[in-house]
Amino acid sequence: MIRVYEVSRVFPGRQGHQDVPALDRLSLEVGTGEIVAVVGPSGCGKTTLLELICGLQRPDSGLVESPPAALMPQRDLLLPWLSAADNACLALRVRGVSRAAALSQVEPWFERLGLSGFGQTRPAELSGGMRQRVSFVRTLLAGKPVLALDEPFASLDALTRAEMQRWLASALAAERERRTVVLVTHDVEEAALLGDRVVVISPRPGRVVADLPVALPRPRVRTDPAVVELRARAMQALGVPA
Amino acid sequence: MTGAVGLASGALRRHAGWLLPLATLALLVVIWQLYVDISGVSGLVFPPPHAVARALVDDRGTLLRSLGRTALEIVCGILVAVVFGFAAAVLIHWSTVARRALYPLLVASQAVPIVVLAPILVLWLNFGIRPILVLIALVCFFPIVVTTLAALETVDPDLIKLMITFDASRWQRFRRVELPSALPGLMTGIKLAAVFSVIGAVFGEQEAGSSSGLGYLLNATLSNFEPAEAFATVCVLSAFAILLFALLTVVERRALPWAYKTKEIQSR
Repeated sequence: MIRVYEVSRVFPGRQGHQDVPALDRLSLEVGTGEIVAVVGPSGCGKTTLLELICGLQRPDSGLVESPPAALMPQRDLLLPWLSAADNACLALRVRGVSRAAALSQVEPWFERLGLSGFGQTRPAELSGGMRQRVSFVRTLLAGKPVLALDEPFASLDALTRAEMQRWLASALAAERERRTVVLVTHDVEEAALLGDRVVVISPRPGRVVADLPVALPRPRVRTDPAVVELRARAMQALGVPA
Repeated sequence: MTGAVGLASGALRRHAGWLLPLATLALLVVIWQLYVDISGVSGLVFPPPHAVARALVDDRGTLLRSLGRTALEIVCGILVAVVFGFAAAVLIHWSTVARRALYPLLVASQAVPIVVLAPILVLWLNFGIRPILVLIALVCFFPIVVTTLAALETVDPDLIKLMITFDASRWQRFRRVELPSALPGLMTGIKLAAVFSVIGAVFGEQEAGSSSGLGYLLNATLSNFEPAEAFATVCVLSAFAILLFALLTVVERRALPWAYKTKEIQSR
């Protein structure tokens, strides 16, 4: 279980500029095995929240408790000198797993995510969607109980994005019992499609303004009236007319 | 007919990389010859291209022997510079104290003219190959440090964060991310060093009382009033530097193909 309690984070301003408050007494609980989608406008401290959960930053005040978390960054950040498969097993190699053993763990995931036959391909020769999938496998194989996904599809075109959301939903469903997921996105619809709960964060400094449960069966479709309604409620919480 | 022209221009474009500089060189030689012919300048002051060509052929034995010696010095000097330059770059990158303590001195050291350094090094290290190696290494050290350091510093901070969430130690972050990222920078530094190293070798040989090598030969031919032979020596020196640079480029493409692949795709 992840507990974020009354957390504030302020970034000191550059010389002559004011301090930038990123999060203001934000509280959030995520149960084990839950998928929580955090939405909010750009610059509301979503990435800061993820980095706090991953232990990459410390709060100025408040408390963050989380099991070990692995990050999937916004950009794929694949290493250009490694093949797709070697990139995917980076976390395993860091843990001291032999290359052969690590690659054998990558293989079933590549098959599942439509990457079979691309194991030896270098990242520069893969499409954006494929690179994101490799990046996802890399995060998954880090073997951490928490997955922190930071706008994983922000850089993709609308079509690829829809496709990625579908496979992420199925990949997360398969990992359901073992993983807790915090997905940060600025796309309200993506949050409604993927999350068990949608947590809406206000513009900077970020605070939770709505916590909407999503009791909808999966797979969800974006045209489902319930999804549309949820989207409208999240937008309303953000103060945007839907 | 147009097909043939198209084919020819296609071939031209493909080989432009070495045809164009060769054409420029040919043009310069023609201008050089014309200048000597028209101005009537003495061959002792400014030898015509054909005299230099003849010296290249006639003295090929001496030139090759001297080249062998100088090439050995240059390769060893660059190797020494790579070891120390890379180590210095990593140290400066890793430690703020080292950066503050070393970097300004490193920059300042480059402002000391090599002409001043050469006799001092001979004084300290005596005559022979040692001061020459040190001189070449000194000339090559700086470009290697600067380009390697630049490459180390362009590593994406988000990548480091990612490695931290994978529980990578400082050493693992270095070995798996920073070191490979630094290699293209190191190669650029070595290529620059290869060009500069020739200057170091010539100065070194002239100051250290060498009895062989192209720098020594250049000195000897100039003091013997053999300008054509001196020009021929310079030609061999330049050709060697170009060859070394080209060789390093080939090595770079073979060893770090990903660095090129990314560049190609970015330039599309």
